[in-house]
Amino acid sequence: MSEMMKNTALFALVAALILITGFYQSWNSAIFILNMGLISAVMAIGVNLQWGFAGLFNVGIMGFVALGGLAVVLIAEVPTPGAWTSGGVGVIMALILGAMTIVAATVLNKMMQPGRSRTLIMLAILIGGFFLFRAVFDPAVSGIEKINPAAQGNIGGLGLPVLLAWPAGGLLAAGAAWLIGKTALGLRSDYLAIATLGIAEIIIAVMKNEDWLARGVKNVIGLPRPLPNEIDLQNDPGFVESAASLGLDPVTASTLYVKLGYSVLFTVVLLVLLWMAQMALKSPWGRMMRAIRDNEVAARAMGKDVTKRHLQIFVLGSAICGVAGAMMTTLDGQLTPGTYQPLRFTFLIWVMVIVGGSGNNFGAVLGAMLIWFLWVQVEPMGLFFMELITSGMADDSDLKKHLIDSAAHMRLLTMGVILLLVLRFSPRGLIPEK
Amino acid sequence: MVDFLNALVALSNFVLIPAIAYGSQLALGALGVTLIYGILRFSNFAHGDTMAFGAMITVLITWWMQSVGINLGPLPTALLALPFGILGCMALVLFTDRVVYKFYREQKAKPVILVIVSMGVMFIMNGLVRFIIGPGDQKFADGERFLISAREFKQLTGLREGLAIKTTQCLTVVVAIVCVTLLFWFLNKTRTGKSMRAYSDNEDLALLSGINPERVVMYTWLIVATLATVAGVLYGLDKTFKPFIYFQLLLPIFASAIVGGLGNPLGAIAGGFVIAFSEVTVTYAWKKVLKYLLPENLEPSSLVQLLSTDYKFAVSFVILLIVLLFKPTGLFKGKSV
Repeated sequence: MSEMMKNTALFALVAALILITGFYQSWNSAIFILNMGLISAVMAIGVNLQWGFAGLFNVGIMGFVALGGLAVVLIAEVPTPGAWTSGGVGVIMALILGAMTIVAATVLNKMMQPGRSRTLIMLAILIGGFFLFRAVFDPAVSGIEKINPAAQGNIGGLGLPVLLAWPAGGLLAAGAAWLIGKTALGLRSDYLAIATLGIAEIIIAVMKNEDWLARGVKNVIGLPRPLPNEIDLQNDPGFVESAASLGLDPVTASTLYVKLGYSVLFTVVLLVLLWMAQMALKSPWGRMMRAIRDNEVAARAMGKDVTKRHLQIFVLGSAICGVAGAMMTTLDGQLTPGTYQPLRFTFLIWVMVIVGGSGNNFGAVLGAMLIWFLWVQVEPMGLFFMELITSGMADDSDLKKHLIDSAAHMRLLTMGVILLLVLRFSPRGLIPEK
Repeated sequence: MVDFLNALVALSNFVLIPAIAYGSQLALGALGVTLIYGILRFSNFAHGDTMAFGAMITVLITWWMQSVGINLGPLPTALLALPFGILGCMALVLFTDRVVYKFYREQKAKPVILVIVSMGVMFIMNGLVRFIIGPGDQKFADGERFLISAREFKQLTGLREGLAIKTTQCLTVVVAIVCVTLLFWFLNKTRTGKSMRAYSDNEDLALLSGINPERVVMYTWLIVATLATVAGVLYGLDKTFKPFIYFQLLLPIFASAIVGGLGNPLGAIAGGFVIAFSEVTVTYAWKKVLKYLLPENLEPSSLVQLLSTDYKFAVSFVILLIVLLFKPTGLFKGKSV
């Protein structure tokens, strides 16, 4: 029972930290921390599935998160008039051509004996396919990008409800993960790490450069929301009245209402996924996964198909990250490919999982909330700290100015120190695996 | 004939020379990664930030030297500051090893744990560099900018295409050759170098022959710090010093080391050039070269650029994947854990 007590106390501590933020800073920032913490918790569950259950070292989380964000644009954005007729079909054709080229090359690789003739035919297929692809692709893309380039110039979405984009984001990420897993999962842990790191960079590069897809670095803003707009709430007399009865002014009340609405939605998703992950962990499937993780050779000898199970859990974990990515883009209301950075979206999630306790779903959730809280709050704390130690210095001193200006970079330093301390003194995390 | 020369000059100017300089920088970086993999047996994610740290110390010393008026004439002052940068970087990595990695080495932790540990070190070093010098671009190159500028070359030869060789590009190649020669001399001829190779080949056997593992590890870190600082400074001189760029260099550096065969120093050099040349050739707009070579009626209307420059990561990655799938130990025989 004492373990239960300890875990409850840890969760209560995080809740208290967020409440303190609410009381001493503002409720808006407290709920912001809560919302992003919930999203991070979903990502952490996905990573924990891959690393904690199966021991797969995936450092390409950023890519799957970004794909989830892309799904929001493709599903929920209003359709661009004329995009499909002026190039959409061409783009799809080109992509199919590209896929066919790769399939042809793989089939050829399997069918023919190794030798010079195989290499030559292979090169011919690949180079020919590439130029064919570009010949169909380029005009189609310029067709799409010509449509109202100031505001659209992309293929547009399907205009469906934005909540549908969340599972769609999961599906998109799962599809990508399946492709990646097929090629890269046979690699050893170090190689897999570098391969996934590279794939994430490529996904971001594609999203930054393919303007026809989601406007690239021009960003898509004003995405549809699952909740009402603040301004509409403020104009709604019924809402203003009920806000006044709570003693709140309409502006604060409306922002809090919308943010809390998101919190409820995110909590529902988190609880469902957490329940599923717990069920999976306890099931025979979960035990098999851990058996594979702990001794791959023995599991293989017992007749388990290690490669297939790895692929399965890689796809599942990445899909969860995709859902989280879609949730995050919905919360932001915009897709900005330029803001995806591996330190923030890959390595920080890893810190969360390791600190929380890899292999334990509750640990992952706790780690996510706690680390996210620190990530946000270390900056003001660092500033305060810097002001404290520089208080004795002259006001015009360059060192003082530099120290205070650099306080913002304290967060990376802090995250590194936390990760190393946990790895050293409590390698199984705050809530260890049972 | 003149057309052919023009094409050759354009090719050298835009493809060969930049790729050779970039390849040398990657090769130096990849040598560091490969040495750590060979001796300490893990992939060091903090390598990019080690490069940034060494380069940062060099930049700071260079600024100080510039402010008191020390310079090397036509050569960049950074060359004078480089030894101090190396010393600073050595101090940092030895400190990190003592405080962080040593514990896991004694525990005989799994390589993947060490990779995660190096992630933590990466965070700290990245934060440290940003904390000290800030996240922005820093200029520290001085001295003569060009060995030969495009205009001088055109006047000299009368060709339509110019050939510009930057001092930093030339310097990169010279310094890289010196470093690699010294490294191979050290690994093959000295006692410490031989014991390092023995330790990398077979740890148990090396221990039995009385090789002191801590000494081997220490020398490895010293060499790695030197290579990382040199690579970081050369890259910073040639392009620009920006902490985030070094973090992004991690991918091509790893790709180079793996393509060449992890743990194999010769492979790391070959891998660096393979990656650099592929990145530059695939993202170069070939129109400029082709217009001299092809008859007039065949002159390409487009830029003949296979991929936009933003996809250079994709290039190193695709090569990495192809090599891993068809020749998992790399071009030169590397080792596997």
